[in-house]
Amino acid sequence: MRAKTMEYFDQLIPKGMVLAKEAKEQGKPVVGYYCVFSPIELIEAAGAIPVGLCATKQEPIAEAEKILPRNLCPMVKSSFGFAISGKCPFFHFSDFVLAETTCDGKKKMYELLSEHKPMIVLDIPNSATLEDLNEHWLKQIYRAKEYFEKNLGTEISREKLREVIKVYNEERKLIMELVSLNKHHPTPITGTDLLKVLWGRSFQFNRQEFLDQVKALITELKEMVANGQFSCSPDSPRILVTGCPTGVGQEKVMGIIQECGGAVVLQESCSGIKGFVDLVDEAKDPFLALAEKYNKIPCACVSPNKGRLSLLSKLVEDFRVDGVVDITLQACHTYNIESYSVKEHLRKNHNIPLLQIETDYSESDTEQIKLRVEAFLEMLK
Amino acid sequence: MTWSIGIDVGSVSAKGVIFNGEKWDYIVIPTGWMPRQAGKEVLDQLLRKADIGLDNVGIIVGTGYGRVNLDFTHKTFSEIVCHARGAHYLFPQTQGIIDIGGQDSKAIAIDSEGKVKDFILNDKCAAGTGRFLQVMAQVLGYEVSELGERCGTTEPVEIGSMCAVFAESEIIGLLAQGVSQERIVAGVLLSIARRVGTMAAKLNLGPHVTFCGGVAQNQVLQHFLKEHTGWEMEAPEKPQLVGALGAAIIGYELCGGGK
Repeated sequence: MRAKTMEYFDQLIPKGMVLAKEAKEQGKPVVGYYCVFSPIELIEAAGAIPVGLCATKQEPIAEAEKILPRNLCPMVKSSFGFAISGKCPFFHFSDFVLAETTCDGKKKMYELLSEHKPMIVLDIPNSATLEDLNEHWLKQIYRAKEYFEKNLGTEISREKLREVIKVYNEERKLIMELVSLNKHHPTPITGTDLLKVLWGRSFQFNRQEFLDQVKALITELKEMVANGQFSCSPDSPRILVTGCPTGVGQEKVMGIIQECGGAVVLQESCSGIKGFVDLVDEAKDPFLALAEKYNKIPCACVSPNKGRLSLLSKLVEDFRVDGVVDITLQACHTYNIESYSVKEHLRKNHNIPLLQIETDYSESDTEQIKLRVEAFLEMLK
Repeated sequence: MTWSIGIDVGSVSAKGVIFNGEKWDYIVIPTGWMPRQAGKEVLDQLLRKADIGLDNVGIIVGTGYGRVNLDFTHKTFSEIVCHARGAHYLFPQTQGIIDIGGQDSKAIAIDSEGKVKDFILNDKCAAGTGRFLQVMAQVLGYEVSELGERCGTTEPVEIGSMCAVFAESEIIGLLAQGVSQERIVAGVLLSIARRVGTMAAKLNLGPHVTFCGGVAQNQVLQHFLKEHTGWEMEAPEKPQLVGALGAAIIGYELCGGGK
């Protein structure tokens, strides 16, 4: 059974395309971003609309490969292809892009993309143990602040930023409340629907409406649980998905897990809860608080990445996970190598098995993935 | 008496096993172009061979890549689980399985009851599969089945390419340099053993490992795998039947056989 409120979220991204256009026509600035490391509170505090940019479909990859190498992460290729082919309306309507130096593929791609759109690239250190990590990040936050103020002709005041941080924290709490409903067995909402809500969050132009709909969804799902209506059967193994981002348009692996009888309980990835689980400290100076929140995001591009292991430890216990599926996008070295550490960590500390799936955005490996997923689910039963 | 049937439709051959809890019999035919028909043919031949009617069969379990096309099966299971059960039945002490099939190769770790603990499959590429051997055999003008006898204990030549297409050109180059066919065959088998052995080492299977899939009949390959992994390697008499046998055993238990 599927919650009726989901219909709103089905339409969220297509509607967003129209709203982006309308916002521009009304003279409202729009700033695009790609990554969970982007401190988007700054964009909103500068009076602009932050919007996610397209990166998760196969379609524009051929266009990207005219310039980028074939043997590259599909997300990097897709982002670039969408942007240069004019097929991402959000990129088209963005005044500029807030980017960041995460993985090698992305930062080199941004060098090429900057010829198509003005952008500020945050200099993100790839070391989690850098001595002056907070100071480094704080400087980058101020750099972005100055860039926004100069280019948008506004001023980002502490008061305004505090206000935005508060609103975003409330949104994070609400989304985590929604995700927590899947602690129930059987789960009330499928992993692919949950993705639609979390991913859609970056493409909404009316925050209040979005928040109201998330609240309505929570209420509806609670009623479903009370009435014994669920999104999977009681014997479905509970699967946590982790690894590379898996956004809307790229539900292939999660779809196969669900089709083969598994329940995707939640995604730990940056397309899942990675950016929602920690709040920005409202008691601190807002610029410093942003620096501290965003430098702790446990992405594989950071070394060492112990935060991901402790987050996974908490999630597999809280959500009573039976097995973990780790999605590695082709040519993503950091997540590919880290898969071993995650597998060993889960085996030793939680006795939970991990299945690594290496894939891209094409459909060509569907049958191979199906075989692996079926065998994994049979193993868990 | 209750019988169960396991049918394993692979990319090269379709295998069937009929089982009654004590004894089992089998059929192997080429899959050809029609996996569904091959599966049906295996079923018909099995029934004739055992001289029983379909009403004596409690359950039919399908496995192998062609399992989705079989409309007469009651249940399907992945070849991973089936191989685990089949190998455990034949060699109860086995802790792991290496299976080299027509289009993939896999390593499976199992517990003392034959349950899958972990598994790994080769990536989407012919390297380390029966298909790789087939392509190389073709270049050399041999049948896959005779590769083992062809090289004997000759010193293998080093073949660096893992990709079937590149390895083919590499072999043509070696032939042009005058390297003997025997040494090339040995080199091909060694390269497969290294590739599959390294993949299996990720699961730390040993020391008792069952080697199955059609390619396991090749004694030289088995020897190289043993050497590369350091594990004891046992291959059943009919190594390509392990999946179908496992399917039949799972089926036998599902329909309450033996109880």
